[in-house]
Amino acid sequence: MTTPRRTSTGSFRRLLGRLEGPQTMGRGKGFWAGFVVVLIAACGYPLTTDGYTVGNTVYFFNWVFMALGLSLIWGYGGALSFGQTAFFGLAGYAYGILTINFGDAYGFTILATLIAVAVAAAFSAMLGYFLFFGRISGVFLGIVTLSVTLVFERFMAQTAGPEWKVGAARLNGFNGMSGMPPLTIPWPGGDLVLYPDIQLYYITLALLVIVYLGLRILVNSRFGNVLVAIRENPERAEMLGYDVRKYQLGAFVIGAALAGLSGVLYTTWGQYITPSSMGITAAALPIIWVAVGGRSDLTATVIGTLVVLAVFQALTIYGSQYALVVMGAFLVVTVLIAPEGVIMLIARRIGRLLGRGGKA
Amino acid sequence: MDALGAIFASLYQFGDAFAFLVLSACGLAIIFGMMGVINLAHGEFIMCGAYVTVMANRAGLPLPVAVLAGAVVAGAIGVLVERLVIRHLYARPLDTIVATWGISLIATQGTLIVLGSTMTGVGTPLGSFELAGNSYSTYRLVLMGSAVAVLVLLYLFFNKTRFGVLARATIQVPHMAEALGVDTRLIYAMTFGIGAGLAGLTGGLYAPTMTMVPTMGTTFIMEAFVTVVVGGADVFLGTAPAAAALAIVKASLTSWYGQLFGQIGLLIAVILVIRLLPRGVSGFLLRERA
Repeated sequence: MTTPRRTSTGSFRRLLGRLEGPQTMGRGKGFWAGFVVVLIAACGYPLTTDGYTVGNTVYFFNWVFMALGLSLIWGYGGALSFGQTAFFGLAGYAYGILTINFGDAYGFTILATLIAVAVAAAFSAMLGYFLFFGRISGVFLGIVTLSVTLVFERFMAQTAGPEWKVGAARLNGFNGMSGMPPLTIPWPGGDLVLYPDIQLYYITLALLVIVYLGLRILVNSRFGNVLVAIRENPERAEMLGYDVRKYQLGAFVIGAALAGLSGVLYTTWGQYITPSSMGITAAALPIIWVAVGGRSDLTATVIGTLVVLAVFQALTIYGSQYALVVMGAFLVVTVLIAPEGVIMLIARRIGRLLGRGGKA
Repeated sequence: MDALGAIFASLYQFGDAFAFLVLSACGLAIIFGMMGVINLAHGEFIMCGAYVTVMANRAGLPLPVAVLAGAVVAGAIGVLVERLVIRHLYARPLDTIVATWGISLIATQGTLIVLGSTMTGVGTPLGSFELAGNSYSTYRLVLMGSAVAVLVLLYLFFNKTRFGVLARATIQVPHMAEALGVDTRLIYAMTFGIGAGLAGLTGGLYAPTMTMVPTMGTTFIMEAFVTVVVGGADVFLGTAPAAAALAIVKASLTSWYGQLFGQIGLLIAVILVIRLLPRGVSGFLLRERA
C-alpha cells in the first residue's frame, strides 16, 4: 500500500521480464495484450453460456495441467515419459482414499489435494531416481514408464474384492472408486462446495494461469536453460559441469506433480476415478495433445491441448473408437509433417507474417 | 516321486514363462537391436497375427499353416508400415515411438470398429497329460519348443545366410554397406518386416490359449518391453539370457502370489537392473568378453 508507485511498476517490469525469454514463444506488449484479452474473455465466458458447458470447460482445463507437465519433461527436457497417467491415477486414488476416510470438514479436501499431489511427486522421485541415475537412454525411459503405467492399471483393475480397501475406502477394481467429496472451501456462513459450475471454473482457471505463468518463469530461468541445453546435447551440458541427472529428475518430478494435480481435479470434478483413466489408451492422449500442439512451448501446449480435446469430444459423437482412430492418425501425421507441432507451425507462420519471428 | 513331480512342475512353469518372454520379445528385440527403433505397435502386430490365425483356422486351414499365415500377414503389414512411416523417422528415434503409438491406437480401435469387441477363438489343441497327480497342457510344451526353435532359427538366419550377413553389415556401418552395393533401404524394410512377422507368429501361437479381443496385444507388450530393456540391444546375448533370468522371477512369483505379482516382480527387477546394468545384459556380457 505504501510502496511508491515507481518501485511497484519497476518490480512489475522485472516480473514481466522473467516471464519472457528464449524458451517461450511470445513476448512484448502485443503478446501480453493478447494474453489479457484472452484472460478477460475466459473470465467472461461462463456468463454467456449454460452450466453444462461451463462444467465441460472445467473438464478440459483439468487436463491442461498434465499436458503442461509433459511439455516440461518431454518438450523442454527431451525425456519422453509415458508415465503421466500413472501419476494422474495415483494422485486421484490418493485423494479419494484420504477424503472418503477423513471427510471434507475444515477444508480438509484442500489438504488432501496437496497430500495427493505430494504422493505423486514422491513416487515419481523414487522411480525417476532409478531411471535417470541409471542413465537409461531416451527410448528406454519411454517403455519403462509405460510398463509402470500398465502394471499400475492392472493392479488397480484387480482390486474388486472386499479385501482391497484402505480404511473406509473400497478400491472397487475395474469399476473404480466413487463417492469422494468435491473440493470444499471453508467459508463463513457455510462451506463452499465446488461442484463443476461457475465457482469451480474460476478456481481452476486461476490455478491454470498461476501454473502457466509459474512454468514460464521456470523455463526461462537458469533451470530451464540448462534443461534445454541437456535436451539439445546431454554430453556438452555434462562437460560444462551440469549434473544432467539432477536436472532431468527435477523436471520429471515437477511434471509428475502437475499430472497429479490433474488427477485430483479430475477426481473431484466427476467424483470418481477408474483404472481405465490411466490405461494404454488414456496414456496415449497426453502425448497426442502435446505433440500436436507443440511440445517445446508452453503456450502452444495449452492451445493444442484445448483444441485437440474439443475436436476429440466433437468426434466422440460418432463413437469413441472413431475419435481414437482419428487421434492416432493425427499423431502419425503430425510426427511426419510437423514434428514441432501444428500450433507451433501456425504460430511461426503468424510470427513471420508480423515480421517479428517467434522463438529464435 | 513327489519330489520329481515338484521339480517337473517348477520346470514346466519356468519353461512356460521363458517361452512367453522370448516369444513376446523377439520381434521387438530384432527391430530394436538392428534398427534402434522401439516399435510400440508391437502388441498390435501380435494381435494381427492372432486374428489372422483364428480366421484362417476357422476357414479350414490346419492350425500350423494358419499360424504361419498370421506371421506372413503381420510381416507384410510391417513392411508396409516401414515404407509409409518408419522410413522417414530414422534420424529421430523418440519420434518413432510416438508415431508407432499412433499406429497402435489406429490398429486397436480400427479392429474394434471392423471386427467388434470380441471374436470366437479356437480351442487349445492337443489336450493335456498327467504327471504325479498334476495335469499339464501339452500345447504349452509346443510353445516352449517353438521359443527355442525361434531362437535357433534366428541365430542361423543372421549368421549363416547371405541376407543375415548383409543385415549385420548394414547395422554396423550403414554407409560402408551402401558403398559396397547393399540396398540398405531394402534391408531396413525387411528387418522391420521380420520383426513384425515374429510378432505375428507369437500372436498365432498364443491365439488358441487366449480370448480374442482387440486389446490382446497389451497382454504381451509389458513382458516384451522388460525383456528388451534387461536384454539390451543383442538378441542372442541379450534377449535369451534376460528371458531366462526374468522367467525365474516371473515363474516363482506367479506360482506363489499370482499373475499380477509376477508382473510387478518383473517390473521391479527391471528397474533395479537399469540402475545396475544400464546397457542391459548384452552390454554387460560384451564388456566382459572384450
